[in-house]
Amino acid sequence: MTVQPAPAPARRPVPTAADAEPRLPVPHRVIARWRETPDTVTLRLDPVDVALPDFVPGQFAMVHCFGRGEIPLSVSSIPTTGGLAHTVRAVGAVSAGLCAARVGDVLGLRGPYGTGWELERARGQDVIVVAGGIGLAPLRPLIRDAVAAPRHYGRVNVLIGARTPSDLLAKYETRRWPTACTGVTVDRADPGWTGEVGLVTRLLDRAQYLPARTRAFVCGPEPMIRATARELVHRGVAADRIRVSLERNMRCATGTCGHCQLGPLLLCRDGAVVDWDRAEPLLSIREL
Amino acid sequence: MNDTATAEVRWTRALSAEHRARLMTVAREVTIPQGTRLFDEGGRADWFWIIRAGTVSLDMHLPGRRRTQVIETVGCGELVGWSWLFSPNVWQLGAEATTTVRALEFEARAVRRMCEIDTELSSAVGQWVGRILARRLQAARTRLLELYAPYGSGGAR
Repeated sequence: MTVQPAPAPARRPVPTAADAEPRLPVPHRVIARWRETPDTVTLRLDPVDVALPDFVPGQFAMVHCFGRGEIPLSVSSIPTTGGLAHTVRAVGAVSAGLCAARVGDVLGLRGPYGTGWELERARGQDVIVVAGGIGLAPLRPLIRDAVAAPRHYGRVNVLIGARTPSDLLAKYETRRWPTACTGVTVDRADPGWTGEVGLVTRLLDRAQYLPARTRAFVCGPEPMIRATARELVHRGVAADRIRVSLERNMRCATGTCGHCQLGPLLLCRDGAVVDWDRAEPLLSIREL
Repeated sequence: MNDTATAEVRWTRALSAEHRARLMTVAREVTIPQGTRLFDEGGRADWFWIIRAGTVSLDMHLPGRRRTQVIETVGCGELVGWSWLFSPNVWQLGAEATTTVRALEFEARAVRRMCEIDTELSSAVGQWVGRILARRLQAARTRLLELYAPYGSGGAR
């Protein structure tokens, strides 16, 4: 009788979140946490078990605070440039819960969702990044990519506006970016503020760019996006060369529930980053 | 550098060469040390400046406080002071050089006299200053919207 060796057990593939139910949050542990402003923190996260597919700058995750709910948050750092991180400002129950998360706490993440900034479209061209308030967070990985590959892009300009000096994010990192122009302005100066005061669009006066060969990336609250995009168009940057990140009430993030609908767009699927030539006519319709 | 929209309010584009040459007869180049008060609220508006380098902060006195509140900063190519053109020719804000400033300094009374005589110059100067005022008013209104308040969080915190 010949004894056949037992067949080797089939190697089980390493599970990824993509194999799981896409709408279930995947546990991630907070491995670092730091305060950006009095009401804003950044959380660096690591998967507890399975990993989510890679994010690209501009994409977002639905971040679940167990017991409270979930909200969409763009990535403020991606693994290739410093680990997966989200920056969150406490404005509601869920975001306040996320802000209160401590190192070691477990949060749920699902994603990545949405479009990215598509920085590659700016290759060989001047870049203008305009960030308003916490809008700098989703732009941070884009800026890091741009300044890390200076030969691929023309002059990189980063223009930052905030309500007060204490609302400015990433102050130390901002100073280190080797850009052609980094401008910072606030609406209200605190005692001791020696920088500029005024609308963020005024910083465009100092930016170095040729409008016809410029790509712009804008993120912030909608009035700021509108003011900035219109000013850029007024200065000769074509609307289809301006990418803006729009915010709407995202629930499912999979293009199913329709809560984030803006005209023909489902922003969780077709956005949140869209070209201004698509966004502008929709933002002019009052009922949308 | 870009040379489009803001240039519309820069005097090099807003005024003809002839009008600029007329104004330059009452102008001089000045260097203003950092920290110099150019003017204070309520003072006679008898001068104005076009910044060539550096920045100037425009501020307002808050009752009960010793410090002034900076409202806006203006930089290269921008006009400092418009109250000189409109009656009662009294400064509405204060101004201070936040850096060393190089500027063209104009004697406002002489410019006003020129405008009284020459209606074409008067119209051109009025349009120029008016466009600057409109731009600053629009910027101030936009800032009133609490531009950086997070979506859905309402206005003031």
